[in-house]
Amino acid sequence: MLGTYSYPKFEYVAPPELKSGETGHYPVVVVGAGPVGLAAAIELAQSGLPVVVLDDDDTVSVGSRGVCYAKRALEILDRIGVGDACVARGVSWNVGRTFFREAEVYNFNLLPQPDHKRPGMINLQQYYLEEFLVRRARELPGLDLRFRNKVVSVSPAGNGATLQVETPDGSYALTADWLIVADGARSAIRGLMNLDIEGRVFLDRFLIADVVMKADFPAERWFWFDPPFHPGQSVLLHRQADSVYRIDFQLGWQADPEEEKKPEKVIPRIRAMLGADREFELEWVSVYTFQCRRMQQFRHGRVLFVGDAAHQVSPFGARGANSGIQDSDNLCWKLSLVLDGKAPDSLLDSYSEERVFAADENIMNSTRSTDFITPKSRTSLNFRNAVLTLARDHAFARTLVNSGRLSVPSFLTGSRLNTPDDDAFAGDMVPGAPMDDAPMQEDGTEFWLLDRVGNRFMALVHVEDPAAVDANLAREFKSLAGEPIPLEVVLVSAKPGRAPEGLRVFEDGRGRFAERYDSTPGTVYLIRPDQHVTARWRAFDAGRVKAALARATCNSH
Amino acid sequence: MSLILTPNFNEPGKRYFRAFSPGDDFYEALIETHRDLNDEQSAMLNSRLVLLLSNHIGDISVLREAMKIARDGV
Repeated sequence: MLGTYSYPKFEYVAPPELKSGETGHYPVVVVGAGPVGLAAAIELAQSGLPVVVLDDDDTVSVGSRGVCYAKRALEILDRIGVGDACVARGVSWNVGRTFFREAEVYNFNLLPQPDHKRPGMINLQQYYLEEFLVRRARELPGLDLRFRNKVVSVSPAGNGATLQVETPDGSYALTADWLIVADGARSAIRGLMNLDIEGRVFLDRFLIADVVMKADFPAERWFWFDPPFHPGQSVLLHRQADSVYRIDFQLGWQADPEEEKKPEKVIPRIRAMLGADREFELEWVSVYTFQCRRMQQFRHGRVLFVGDAAHQVSPFGARGANSGIQDSDNLCWKLSLVLDGKAPDSLLDSYSEERVFAADENIMNSTRSTDFITPKSRTSLNFRNAVLTLARDHAFARTLVNSGRLSVPSFLTGSRLNTPDDDAFAGDMVPGAPMDDAPMQEDGTEFWLLDRVGNRFMALVHVEDPAAVDANLAREFKSLAGEPIPLEVVLVSAKPGRAPEGLRVFEDGRGRFAERYDSTPGTVYLIRPDQHVTARWRAFDAGRVKAALARATCNSH
Repeated sequence: MSLILTPNFNEPGKRYFRAFSPGDDFYEALIETHRDLNDEQSAMLNSRLVLLLSNHIGDISVLREAMKIARDGV
């Protein structure tokens, strides 16, 4: 059915365990080569850890599936080397329009601020993302990607897990110190371990159709409540790569999924929407239902659950793959420190705590969107329509229109890894905040802040004049890089200039950093490897910085 | 004082990082209040709610303004 994309077939290679007959042992095994598992494997391999990835299939996602990748996910994909490929292929957008019956009632801009590297969102078929991730994974020598390797049993033990794996050539065993489970919503590993995932099932069905057509629709998200071409229900339109458009039709619970998938049912629906003259071709059709649910905790001893295996949401906020990629990013630096013996394994409990908090926020927001889009009672419908009729003229009602609250990262303000503020700051860059981007310069070259932080702990120290920094203080900054957990200190300054001891200087020429971080000379921001703020002060104090770093890695005693 | 028509929801002591959050908090509470009620009960609840909120607002000129906008759109 698909015409615009040819599916790669990844080669199966007999694993070394089958030849040797011995049980292989690896520090980390990832189950599942979807976006979330691959992101985790790449991030770990980039930090120098050998990783094995097991996947029961040998190609990418069939159908476009997850199509919206948010700014935060793109920033993580940048750090694992696929951001540019995704943005080049995808359709960048910031504006969403909401229609009620015939007329537009409301529009939003995901990124009203200037001076950010990445757009609010791109639309890209999931198969492209997976293809780019596989290509990147294959560049990394320590990453062993095994297709058609199906895990059939898992035995967790105190210091790891033993897996039984089936291949076309027979089965073998391997052991892992740590197991990352990224095998999706119907997680086989979760089932094999008899772990529960609880939540709410929504009684509604949606038809997704990928349609190829020549159209000059702008790169925007269009959402209709009760449109004339699909009365009583909602419809969503997204433009993807290769002139493929994604159309979502709400069908209601009574619809027969097999019947609704037939082209003779689907094509008239699309024709009603696009008009009789529009030529199009149907590429892919699916009917889905959804659930909002999560596991009680994402860490079970040496087994760590990420992505849909750990939590699921309705699709209306694009909060599935986007939050899964953030799970991997939250987990990997912590796992690296634990494997290096530089942090206790309780640091991995903070993975579960922080990402359970994020999952709850995602579930809450996507449930609210679902309840607005598909009202469950006469009264809910009346309120929904009252909001939509007021929205055209009154700003307060526009903020209540909920056609999907699109994926944004969580502010991990309650995390025990944060050091609470002692000093006063304005703005949103509180301990736990995901970092805002800003345009900067270093040695005359322009760059984006988020391209040069992350993957390690850093302290950004704001100074009036880099050349005037005291040499002793500069040596103290440098010495922090030699600590057991290295901390790189970078100076931030509105003024260009060379700092003593070869300290790096990020020049904030446009003042966006100062503005977004409420930063003034003296201000220090301590940044986690996943680009979350973990502490900040109005003045540098080595003792306080070291204590905050210890706290952020569960090394406080 | 005239009728406020710009976004005005907030909860004391709560910090918001996203502009949509306070309105969504309110809307969820509103829908939740009606959970498991039949249409007649919900209509009664809405009437009682309008009376309670009207008394809280107190200023009848503001209430008249709201009544006019509400009626014009129906």
